[in-house]
Amino acid sequence: MRLLASDLGCVRSGREVFAGLGFSIAGGEAMVVLGRNGAGKSSLLRMIAGLVRVAAGRLALEGGDPEFTLPEQAHYVGHQDAIKPALTVQENLEFWASYLAGPATAKAAPEAALEAFALADLAALPAAYLSAGQRRRLSLARIVAVKRPVWLLDEPTSALDALAQERLAALMRAHLDGGGIILAATHTPIGLAGTKELRLGEPA
Amino acid sequence: MPLLDLANPSRFLSLVDRVLPWLVVATVAVFAIGLYQALLVAPDDYQQGATVKIMFIHVPNAWLAMFCWVVMSIAALGTLVWRHPLADVAAKAAAPLGAAFTFLCLLTGSLWGRPMWGAYWVWDGRLTSVLVLFIMYLAVLALWRTVEDPSRAACAAAILTLVGAINLPIIKFSVYWWATLHQPASVMRLGAPTIHSSILVPLLIMGLAFMLLFLTLHLAAMRNEILRRRVRTLRLMQAQAGA
Amino acid sequence: MSGLAALLERDIRLAVRLGGGAPMGVLFFLIVVTLVPFALGPDLALLRRIGPAILWLGALLASLLALDRLFAADHEDGSLDLILMSSVSLELAVATKALAHWITTGLPLVIAVPVLALFLGLEPWTMGAVALTLLVGTPALTFIGTVGAALAVTLRRGGLILAILVLPLTIPVLIFGVAAANSAAVGPVPFGAPFTILCGLTLISFVIGPFAAAAALRHGLE
Repeated sequence: MRLLASDLGCVRSGREVFAGLGFSIAGGEAMVVLGRNGAGKSSLLRMIAGLVRVAAGRLALEGGDPEFTLPEQAHYVGHQDAIKPALTVQENLEFWASYLAGPATAKAAPEAALEAFALADLAALPAAYLSAGQRRRLSLARIVAVKRPVWLLDEPTSALDALAQERLAALMRAHLDGGGIILAATHTPIGLAGTKELRLGEPA
Repeated sequence: MPLLDLANPSRFLSLVDRVLPWLVVATVAVFAIGLYQALLVAPDDYQQGATVKIMFIHVPNAWLAMFCWVVMSIAALGTLVWRHPLADVAAKAAAPLGAAFTFLCLLTGSLWGRPMWGAYWVWDGRLTSVLVLFIMYLAVLALWRTVEDPSRAACAAAILTLVGAINLPIIKFSVYWWATLHQPASVMRLGAPTIHSSILVPLLIMGLAFMLLFLTLHLAAMRNEILRRRVRTLRLMQAQAGA
Repeated sequence: MSGLAALLERDIRLAVRLGGGAPMGVLFFLIVVTLVPFALGPDLALLRRIGPAILWLGALLASLLALDRLFAADHEDGSLDLILMSSVSLELAVATKALAHWITTGLPLVIAVPVLALFLGLEPWTMGAVALTLLVGTPALTFIGTVGAALAVTLRRGGLILAILVLPLTIPVLIFGVAAANSAAVGPVPFGAPFTILCGLTLISFVIGPFAAAAALRHGLE
């Protein structure tokens, strides 16, 4: 499996964010996207997630399931949590596990995902009571609740304490060992060794 | 000062626990006396027959509908001006009770009017102004539910209550004026017949009974609200412990 | 459980727990119905004659109320992004959300009609006709409204822009709904003709609404 981008260009609100971008990530590899604020890290991730239009160039997942588009085989964890405060922790996760699962993806039990992020004790609590770090962990829990090969993570370690960051790093290593692909935009180290780097240039 | 003593929720709760059983007994007793007086002792109206007895429920409910708004207004001042800790609990507990009494007033008024006018509803001044009061109660309840944070909800509800307190006499006056614009042919008076002591005494007893009912329910509701807030705090602590 | 069933359950749960939909919609309906006599005067004969129209207008405006939260809430917390990344068809997802919205907002309005009809002095037969036409017509209002809600989701304004977009589109539903309700009461026109057209409009909205709204969501987000 390989995530390929060639000559990728992005335009948002009439401004050219980046152009001529190319990279290749094989299964089992992780890439970290670096750059100043405004360089287009989030735009790149959202573009791969199908949320921003590809202005130029080509993006493809070679070796993936041909029945499904790239966004349907990717997890995207952005700055927002996609958590409903009125639902409990368990209800939030179960919804996304049901909704994001599909013929292409197997669904793991939400309980296991909660365990992986140490949220099992809080399962019956309304999400309104969670702290920022706990919300972030709940938001991340869906990437292990539903198996998708590509992980697009935008600042995954923000709001996480050291223990949670280690847990996340372990899960990311397990994902890579299973042949998955990780693309992470971050300012801080995410605890993975041997990652590729992609530096986005200064905005014009 | 006794009011400050009650400011402590725990002390308030223990006071309620001691007083509430007596209040329940008193309420039941006065209702029993009142209903006996109203149904069996008071005479029928020469024009309306026995249906006039609905008045013994309708009129006290109307009194209490207005009284509840007064209670809410005092509680609102307590929240905004004196910052009494239990003021917002009192306001929040009184709102559904006020709405219920207003609804009962409308319902009994409608049932009373049906034999008289052949319609369940007429847009006369009195009924219409009670309907507007009912809508105002529902608006306050809607505000309590919409704002998530309890203390901000209390401030918002307090402001709305006080604005309502000023506005309700104005609304009542304008509704009565509007009703007189189109004076219907028959005299639509839902008034009680001239107050005779044989009517007045049962009416006052029923009024007292409903007042005791309100007091009982209000204290119980305040206790529930305090306990509800404790549950919320415990859940917050649970969330922090699980971090 | 399948994705669409989970979405339906989630939206209904949220509407019930947040309490915005049914109680507010019915309360607004009550307020509108109360306002008309204040404007027109307490002439019961007049109110009885225009009663079906008042109820239809009130239901139309009340339906509109909760529509702007339909997609806005999901857009604000990032849920809409994930919904777009699922293999579940977006058109079906929109239809499911519209169904949840109708169950929690539109259907309570229909249930409130008998009580509100009392205030306007409507005959039971007329009241039944109004309730039936609203039962068939409110889904159309909701599904047409999803188009406006989708168009307005990325606009910061919200509020009136949604009403401006949606209300003209609902005119046919209003026309035939009131005509059917009135014909049962007064009518030279038999009930069947406008009622059948109303049913047709609703069925058309089931198709046009989700497709147009899905297209609007896809284009609006970039």
